Order: sequence, then structure tokens, then C-alpha cells
Amino acid sequence: MQIIIITTVVITVIGICVGAGLVFTNKKFYVEVDERESAVREVLPGNNCGACGYAGCDAMAAAIAAGDAPVNGCPVGGTAVAEKIGEIMGVSADAVERKVAFVRCKGNCEVTHNQGNYIGVKDCRTAALSGMYVSDCDYGCLGFGSCVNVCPQQAIRVVDGVAIVDPSKCIACGLCVKTCPRGLIELVPEKNQVRVQCSNKDKGPQVKKVCSAGCIGCSLCVRQCEAGAITVENNLAHVNYEACTQCGKCVSKCPAKVITSPVQKEEVSA
Amino acid sequence: MSNLILIIVGAALINNVVLSQFLGICSFLGVSRDMKASASLGGAVIFVMTIASAVASLLYTYVLAPLGMDFMKTIVFILVIAALVQIVEMFLKKTSPAMYKALGIFLPLITTNCAVLGVALTNVQDGYNFIESVLSGFGTAVGYTLAIVVLASIRSRINEEDIPAPLRGAPIVLIAAALMSIAFMGFSGLSF
Repeated sequence: MQIIIITTVVITVIGICVGAGLVFTNKKFYVEVDERESAVREVLPGNNCGACGYAGCDAMAAAIAAGDAPVNGCPVGGTAVAEKIGEIMGVSADAVERKVAFVRCKGNCEVTHNQGNYIGVKDCRTAALSGMYVSDCDYGCLGFGSCVNVCPQQAIRVVDGVAIVDPSKCIACGLCVKTCPRGLIELVPEKNQVRVQCSNKDKGPQVKKVCSAGCIGCSLCVRQCEAGAITVENNLAHVNYEACTQCGKCVSKCPAKVITSPVQKEEVSA
Repeated sequence: MSNLILIIVGAALINNVVLSQFLGICSFLGVSRDMKASASLGGAVIFVMTIASAVASLLYTYVLAPLGMDFMKTIVFILVIAALVQIVEMFLKKTSPAMYKALGIFLPLITTNCAVLGVALTNVQDGYNFIESVLSGFGTAVGYTLAIVVLASIRSRINEEDIPAPLRGAPIVLIAAALMSIAFMGFSGLSF
């Protein structure tokens, strides 16, 4: 019995000493931390996944407070967290350009054949490596949906044989960009609705043969653009997102209707 | 004097904490991906283990043993080591921000590392006095650092090799660690 009492007393005393020591040290060696840092830390999800590229949410909060990381750098929290952090940091979340993934292909079942006679695992990467005749267009979306499978937000769907990203769900993590064997997906600023929805680098007649919705490199858009934002390289039009004023003139002039305007949103909801 | 040197060499090489006692395997495999991180962790372990051994030894000799509370040593050591590391962390953050940054997240991480607790308990078990305990703690930590830095450099080599697909990742690291362990077994033949 005596030993139990001794043990209890001693452990309690040690516990109190340790606790008091911690409190004392905390007060004595208190370091002023940036108020915003702890505020940002509160907002972050706190699961220390490291997806932002920092060691954990603490490190991320420190980086955001120091201005080294963007306020929307947390891929887990998404827009909601980015907005809250933006408030704390005094930067509106809009000021930081939100990017979304965009599939640069319009070749759905109506305009091209994109699954050929390939028989095998329903996976774009396997199909691309198989060496079999997979699709008419050597650059287009294969439509097996490898990007759909890697997307953590279920933001991608394959509609009529072409992958389409739902911009409202996309968190711009870039996983689909890495996955697509044909390199069709890129991250583009969400506000830039004028995008070239084709990746075919072949010459015009060749493109026409395989797909009726492909960029033929006619350069009509280049001449239309007053801001000089469009260039044609390798028979494919490119939009310089920084220079583009989104006037939409190229969209109406494009003979193949391959430059998108906000129409794409309707396709998603359809 | 030679006795004290023997304790350091014995703790660092012969009874290497990771490779012959299999303590601290988690951080050993987890942090060894990167040379710089593993060196920082090694530094933090040396720091913490030496202090923890000293405090644990004093506590055992002057509090636990006289009161016949030998059976409580595991719990008391956990409590005291955890608090100690916290205090050291706060202390460093204030007085030496550079060192705090270098040791970074590893300090709180090794608070609960079984290797640190293991050393404190082994010291008691071996009946070491204060100086011997501190040296043993230091030697063990040096052994840990040696093991993790060597494994990190092996892993940086492995990354550039063409490893058969089923062995890529964790399996090849475990095989490398096992081979290191066998190599360290050679030290157990050392006799002074």
C-alpha cells in the first residue's frame, strides 16, 4: 500500500514540476510570431499532407505569412481556404490568378474517331503505348479517362469520347496534366475563356482528314487579333493569355470553331 | 578512461541502436530519403539523446531508485523526456533561431522516438553512472546518425540505378538496411 502512495505522490510532483517548467519556459522564452502566421495556420486544414510542397501546415503558414507562398497554395482547402487566407493576408483571392485544367481537344465522336480498333485495358497510357491504331488524330484525346481516374476532385468527365474539366471543381493540382499521355491538358487562368481547343500540329489538309473540329493553322485568328495575342506555331494556334483581351473576335472568325469562348461551360452542364 | 571510450565505441558501432537493437526504425526509414534532412535529424538526435540520458540518469539515481520506484521508470522517462524536448525547443527558438531552423521539425518528432527512450532504459539496465550514461547516450546517437546518413547516401545511389520493378521503393530500402545490418554485425567481433 505504501508504495502505491509514494508512487502516486512522486509522479504527481514530477508532473506538476514538468508542467510548471513548461509554463515558465514558454513565458520566459516566448517568441513573437507573426500574428498572421497563427491566423493562417488556424484556417489551413491541418492534415499535414505536404501536397503544397512544404513540410506541413505549420511550414506552409509560415511561408504564406512571409509572402513566399501564394494564398491559394493549399490544394486541399481549395477556394474556400484561399479566400479566408486572402482576407487575413489582405490580398483578395481574386488577385491571385486561379488556374484550372483545360483539355486542348475538341475531337468528340461526332467529328473524329478517337478509339480506333484498340482492344485492351481501358487506359489512355496503355493505349498510347500499345502501338496499335488507336485514333485517327495522333494528337487528340483518347477518351479512356486516365485523367478522370487520377483527379482527386472528380472534376473531369469523358463526354462523347473527350475529357472535359469542370472548372468549378478543379483545384489545379496538375495530376491530370502529368497523366495525359498526349500532353493535352494544361493549366490555364480561369478568367481566360478564349483558348485553343486543339493540339494537332499537322498541316491543314491532314487535320481536316482526321477531324472536322481541328485547328488547321490558317492564321485567320492571328490577323483578327488586335492585341497580337495569337501566334501560329507548328500549324497550331496559341493564345498568349497575358496579352489576350478576350474580345472574342478570333472565336467568331475561326473556320473550324476550335477557339473556345464561354460556351464550354454549357457543354459541362449538359 | 579507456572504459569511457569503450562505452562510446560500443554504443555507436557494436550495439548500434538501429542496426543491432532495431530501435528508431521508423525515422531511420522515413527520413533517410534525403541526405540533408537525415544529417539534420542526426544532429537533433545527438542533441536530445545526450541531454535525455543525463536527465534520466539523475532522475533514476536520486529519485526513483531510493524510493523503490524502479517499476515506474518507463513512464517517468517518457514524461520527462517529452517535456525536456519541448523546453529545449522553446529555449532554442528564443536563443538560437539558426539552430532551431536547422533542427526544425525534427525536434518535436524525436520526442517520442523509441530510440531516445530505449537509451535511457538501457543505461539504467546496464547500471551506468551519470558520466557513463551521458557518454552512452552520445555514442548511441552518433551511431544512429552514422546509420541514417549512410543509408541516405545509399538511397541516393539507389535512385539512379535500374532496380527491378517489384523491388522499387520500400523493398530495396529494406534490403539495403538489412545488408548494412549484416555489415555492422562484423563489429560485434571486436574485443578490447
